[in-house]
Amino acid sequence: MRLLTHNMLSSNIKGVVNGFPLRIEAEKVVEKTVEMNGEFLKKMFEKIDWKAFVDASWAMGYTELPEEADSSMLDSDEFLNRFHHALLELHLEEGALVCPETGRRFPVNKGIPNMLLHEDEV
Amino acid sequence: MASRPEVVAPPEIFYDDAEARKYTSSSRIVQIQATLSERALELLALPDDDVPKLLLDIGCGSGLSGETLSENGHHWIGLDISASMLNVALEREVEGDLLLGDMGQGLGLRPGVIDGAISISAVQWLCNADKSSHNPRLRLKAFFTSLYKCLANGARAVFQVYPENIDQRELILNAAMHAGFAGGIVVDFPHSSKRRKEFLVLKCGQRSVNASMLSRSKNEDGESCSDEDSEDEENQTVCISDRHRPRKKPKKNNKSGKGKEWLLRKKEQMRKRGNVVPPDTKYTGRKRKDRF
Repeated sequence: MRLLTHNMLSSNIKGVVNGFPLRIEAEKVVEKTVEMNGEFLKKMFEKIDWKAFVDASWAMGYTELPEEADSSMLDSDEFLNRFHHALLELHLEEGALVCPETGRRFPVNKGIPNMLLHEDEV
Repeated sequence: MASRPEVVAPPEIFYDDAEARKYTSSSRIVQIQATLSERALELLALPDDDVPKLLLDIGCGSGLSGETLSENGHHWIGLDISASMLNVALEREVEGDLLLGDMGQGLGLRPGVIDGAISISAVQWLCNADKSSHNPRLRLKAFFTSLYKCLANGARAVFQVYPENIDQRELILNAAMHAGFAGGIVVDFPHSSKRRKEFLVLKCGQRSVNASMLSRSKNEDGESCSDEDSEDEENQTVCISDRHRPRKKPKKNNKSGKGKEWLLRKKEQMRKRGNVVPPDTKYTGRKRKDRF
């Protein structure tokens, strides 16, 4: 699972008001190189919740993102490269996602988070 | 389709390891899925600006439909309830991210982030109640409301569905409308029972798009004909769902039966062929009493 997806995911448990962001417990992180597309990154930058994104990248062991970011930084190639790497190239392979409100763990196996809820959580 | 998988078992059980492998190794299914997803992508009518989009593939299975999305340069997130199907998707090294989840429990996604959603042959599964806690109406509602939330303004969702009957189609459509979607059903190849495909095209909010492009469905000749109920009041056409199917002829009800004469003739025929036939008596071919 990439951080792109992590930034979109929130906990869906019944009664949870703010299920975002899910805390990452990383056991294994892999990197896969993908081609960079500046246009897409600029589009995504508007949608990304930056704080959650930076926290997530820290949890994955990548610490080169600035804590604050604004759209003017998108002109810098160096920033774009880092953004691209964290957003699309880092994959959470094994670990868990934890709901910030209830502490419920969603296990991640082989890169696939198991978001299935129990019957009493629907 | 000879038998519908929906009536056999719940999706997470029906698509076990063996079925998942079978599904993906059948070149026919692969081809059908590719055409369907291409058509769905076409109906999504994404803005033509060469910027990759973030799409959602609901019921992505082994990623056959996602592959079409990747080929068109989009990023996608796939959701499926069958772990076996997702494992096959992993083996095939699809480019999208996969989630194991149940669409009937609602999609846990942030509001307004997804640029479009497609789903190939999946939504009809929601009409089943596979567990005692399942209520199809509530599950459809949860699915469509959560989908409406996570779609960006002006985004579309295209679902290819195989509804079992008119009631199911109504159920799905009603749930979608209640969630706030606008849209309708596009029927491709309405006159062919095999190639006939239904697409549910849902619109979320406003976006100025060329509506004429969408309100066309494919015809046998490859020409386009307007079958979807378009927004244009004057050009509104009737949805052709099932209208083309010939009505079943009422069976002739011959109450009097075939008669004693016919019966005796048949018995004689059988005797001539050397079969063992009961002898003709006064009871032969006689009508039973009413009290029987």
